Amino acid sequence: MGKQKVNSVLPPGSYYFSGDEAVAEGAIAARCGYCAGYPITPATETLERLSVRFGEVGAAFMQMEDEIASICSCIGASWAGAKAMTITSGPGFSLMQEAIGYAVFTETPLVLVDAQRSGPSTGQATRVGSGDIMQAKWGSHGDYLAIALSPWSVQELYDQTINAFNLAERFRVPVFVMAEEATAHLHERMEVGAEVELFNREKKPGAPPFGTEEEDGVPPMPVFGEGEKLLITGSTHDEWGVRKITHPEIHRKLVTRLHKKILNRSQEIIQYDSHYLNDAQVAVVCYGFTARSALFAVEQLRGEGKKIGVLRLKTLWPFAGELIKDIGSRVGKIFIPEMNMGQVAGEIKKYAACEVVSYGQVTGEIVHPHTIMEQLRRLM
Amino acid sequence: MVRELEKYLRPGIGVTTYCPGCGEAILQGLILRAIDELKLNMDDMLFVSGIGCAAWIPSPYFNADALHTLHGRTIAFATGAKMVNPKLKVMVISGDGDLADIGGNHLIHGARRNMDMTVICANNQNYGMTGGQVCATTPEGALTMTTHQGNPFRPFDLCRLVKAAGAVYVARYAVTQPVAMVRGIKKALQTEGFAFIEAVTPCPVQFGRRNKLGKPADMLKDLMSRCITEEKAETLSPEELKGKIITGEL
Repeated sequence: MGKQKVNSVLPPGSYYFSGDEAVAEGAIAARCGYCAGYPITPATETLERLSVRFGEVGAAFMQMEDEIASICSCIGASWAGAKAMTITSGPGFSLMQEAIGYAVFTETPLVLVDAQRSGPSTGQATRVGSGDIMQAKWGSHGDYLAIALSPWSVQELYDQTINAFNLAERFRVPVFVMAEEATAHLHERMEVGAEVELFNREKKPGAPPFGTEEEDGVPPMPVFGEGEKLLITGSTHDEWGVRKITHPEIHRKLVTRLHKKILNRSQEIIQYDSHYLNDAQVAVVCYGFTARSALFAVEQLRGEGKKIGVLRLKTLWPFAGELIKDIGSRVGKIFIPEMNMGQVAGEIKKYAACEVVSYGQVTGEIVHPHTIMEQLRRLM
Repeated sequence: MVRELEKYLRPGIGVTTYCPGCGEAILQGLILRAIDELKLNMDDMLFVSGIGCAAWIPSPYFNADALHTLHGRTIAFATGAKMVNPKLKVMVISGDGDLADIGGNHLIHGARRNMDMTVICANNQNYGMTGGQVCATTPEGALTMTTHQGNPFRPFDLCRLVKAAGAVYVARYAVTQPVAMVRGIKKALQTEGFAFIEAVTPCPVQFGRRNKLGKPADMLKDLMSRCITEEKAETLSPEELKGKIITGEL
């Protein structure tokens, strides 16, 4: 078990897919064994494709009665031994929050793709937004950490869906793929390689399912039906899953470990790419679809001799705080364009010593490159 | 519980959480009796429960895989596990508040899909664990901590609800009918598809106390006097049927 290379399910080559279709194919490549969901714009096409493709590859697909049932059935499926995924958008993501906390606390591997649309509430159901970023961090009650990825292309929706399964199985956590309507419905070319690297869960028969010697450890993951006599509960529990709901030290130790298993491995989890940052006076920090506009805008302005660089966050949670701290000490200003009222900008302000300028756009439209260029010209 | 069934209990977990006189301890023994008589292997079984008194029947007591889930979502969790591993013998055990109030939608959809599982609903007519509030099975007029002038609403007939939704085996027994209950649970376990058992059980501490139903023994006697068969019910007038509980396979 652990990491291993396996053949891709699709024959290697170029494909012309929508983002939603790429998510479906990414799940198949990652050997997802169970997907449940409920129709919702703009994520529905992933379900439609999986309902056909899962039949071909021998995985189980369920359209459930709501998003709550969808994620709960995924948790059941995960403990029954399958890699499990659910797909939704903002309203469904809201409904799933209680179960996300359950998955975190029971250390259940799970992938959740949120094709974000413009909220709050039903909002602009067919338009793009990026308003679920803080919800991915703190949507469920209590203290916890999950992992959230931010793909910017159809290619990355495929790659990051596979990565999300690997992280979920490796760390026994829910992992969120924070897609956006603009990438979910975008059609573009993507490449499928001959092989994919997958992480398959570690089993250790007879070992405590929630126990580890390390204070930031990830216990092995057993499954139902193998005589382990598992006890799984959303209540505070000891290493064998036995409820311990009034013991201060057991609760502190568990909640702390669930934080540390992510935080102490941030370097292993966090991915980003950077462009033109070496001599930059202004850094544009961006993610998701907006990064496409930002990079285009910065390349135009570089042509005019303006010293601007780009940092694209591929991982939103855990947050690349140290990286932002470093960049913030080298540039005069950090500019953050995003399709919300400044959710990531707020996080950046915690780490950057320089001036932080937020540009939040909540129109249900992508942030246009010209808008970013205009804003940057004002800053320079 | 009799000594011979103790082999099904998880070692090291001694005390139960039931209040004095709770009928769910009887139900716990009857479920194990049915499993024992069918000679089922506990390693093949998955017990799924929600939140509430009855959710503690399998977890942590039964020495088998037990998934103690969120409030109301048992059937959804169980569906995912069963879809991935059809060899699992899945039994959902939870209360009326869990399965029929907050989880009512999942209950009817589980029945509609005819998912292969046995669902045992311990019906104590109120929310016991949170201190005795009204729920979807509380009789009209009954006093609870949130209906001080009597429940103004009608209760669900859970068996008719689940039957109408498509369950292939539906039965109702009270914990005062141990032989029939064990027979019913065995049949449910042997049924392929969605099997539902409503286990009527007294809650002396939360429900009985507020409705002046007497001591636990009085409540058991009262339950015995009110259980009738479907055949018997057909001979009674609507007036005579008031307060009666129709038991048997429905």
